[in-house]
Amino acid sequence: MSIPAQSAPSGQPGAAGRPDARIHNIGYRRYEGARLGASYARRSLFVHSLRGSFGIGRTARSKVLPFGLFAIMAVPAVIMVAVASTTGLDELPVEYTSYALFMQPIVGLYLALAAPQMVSLDLRFKTIPLYFSRPIDRFDYVAAKCAALAAALFLFAGVPLTIAYAGGLLAKLGFVDQTTAFGRGLVATAVFAALHAVLGLLIASFTPRRGFGVAAVIGALTIPYFAVTAVQAVAEEQGSAGAVGWLGLFSPGSLLDGLQSKFLGGTSGFPEELVPSDAAGLGYLLVTAALIVGSYLLLMRRYRKAGL
Amino acid sequence: MYNDTVARLTYRALLGRRRVLILLTLPVLLLIIAVAVRSFSGADDRAATDVLGSFALASMVPLIGVIAGTGAIAPEIDDGSIVYLLSKPLPRRTIITTKLLVAISVTIVFTTIPMLVAGYILNGNSQGIAGAFTVAAAVASIAYSAVFLLLGTVSRNAVVFGLVYALIWESLFGNLVPGARTLSIQQWALALAESTAGSGADITSDVALPAAVILLVAATGLGTWYAIRRLTVLTVAHDD
Repeated sequence: MSIPAQSAPSGQPGAAGRPDARIHNIGYRRYEGARLGASYARRSLFVHSLRGSFGIGRTARSKVLPFGLFAIMAVPAVIMVAVASTTGLDELPVEYTSYALFMQPIVGLYLALAAPQMVSLDLRFKTIPLYFSRPIDRFDYVAAKCAALAAALFLFAGVPLTIAYAGGLLAKLGFVDQTTAFGRGLVATAVFAALHAVLGLLIASFTPRRGFGVAAVIGALTIPYFAVTAVQAVAEEQGSAGAVGWLGLFSPGSLLDGLQSKFLGGTSGFPEELVPSDAAGLGYLLVTAALIVGSYLLLMRRYRKAGL
Repeated sequence: MYNDTVARLTYRALLGRRRVLILLTLPVLLLIIAVAVRSFSGADDRAATDVLGSFALASMVPLIGVIAGTGAIAPEIDDGSIVYLLSKPLPRRTIITTKLLVAISVTIVFTTIPMLVAGYILNGNSQGIAGAFTVAAAVASIAYSAVFLLLGTVSRNAVVFGLVYALIWESLFGNLVPGARTLSIQQWALALAESTAGSGADITSDVALPAAVILLVAATGLGTWYAIRRLTVLTVAHDD
């Protein structure tokens, strides 16, 4: 710290012949405003990520896909309501609890776009150290990102549910039935959103390249699902209905499907609309919880080193 | 039409380090499933058709096609190193055809061998099911490679579009909207499997055999032609 303060040492004339080099006070000021602290930074990061996942605050081009997918997501809800009210059905054709699973490809695509956008770009452009130079640490970062993506998914799948619910009430489908079913649907959607958010972020956080992230998320969601569906079909033909339920544990999609059919009174997409047994049901709960918690812990581990 | 050096470079790009592991995971998964199903339920034709048709042909073959097809050219265009290849005294047509041949050979090796082995594990080629699906996988490999190589020259997000086509269009829309099935390489390949397999095998396709063959040839030919065209007009300078 050898800053020549007010006046240079007079004994040594500078090489450029300016003997009295000095630093002037040109009016830099200390920051004296309110310091908003970690919780404000966390909230900002959450809001920023949530907006970014729908393309708000980004270019018009990056709004096209999220809102396009959201429109596709909402269309069946509107059609369902229209069909139910014109043909006089006493319930909606697709249940609230399995709506997100019914639209799984669309939600999967949205997740595959949103998750890498949320974390891979920070890695690619090396903005992570900038975040950590603020009063937040990696726990705050991971928590904010997970919460933002889970909220985005919850909105993405929950708003169409709300549309269907409002339409169902207008079509006089029975207030009590509709409300309990809608409540269960929201629970199923919340679990769906939490599980997919942590899985998507975990996968995306390992690559700074968006394309890889998108491919990896789609692959991780679909390959196990195809494998499980194929093997379940075989097991069902062999007459081992018990195995069908246990097999559902091996992919995120079938896991949530079994969970909602077992505990939330939905209909599963398994062969013969089979509902897992009680023991398997416990397995579904445990595996879901373990996946969510485990992925979250791995994510925190992932950010122990802020670089790549 | 074929250049050794380009082929060698492409093989190294496709089979180097991490990529070969990704290429190997799916065949390994298929073999594990095959062994599990066989030990679980014994030899059974329906089970074999289910596993080979709805897992291997529906998701393994297109995924390997996406990785090999786009991986043969897209990374080079993406990071700009294609310039060094283009600046050599080689017709650009040769570059595309060589890369296509490499992609096809990689896809065929990584799909047909596990398909045949899994088929024999599942039911010992009864009703010719293993053979039929191997033929289907080989034909589908050629078409997928051409289409995804084209995607690699057209778009920077080739992998994403490839996956959307392979998994969402073919599998999911194909299940919901019957019309989507006629525009699907998987169904064309299934048509071939249907005619190759024995009469007792329960393989069905929505496309008739002649139409399937014509569409397969057309997709491969047009894909290759347009990929050549794209690479011929590719400008070397970058604007970003």
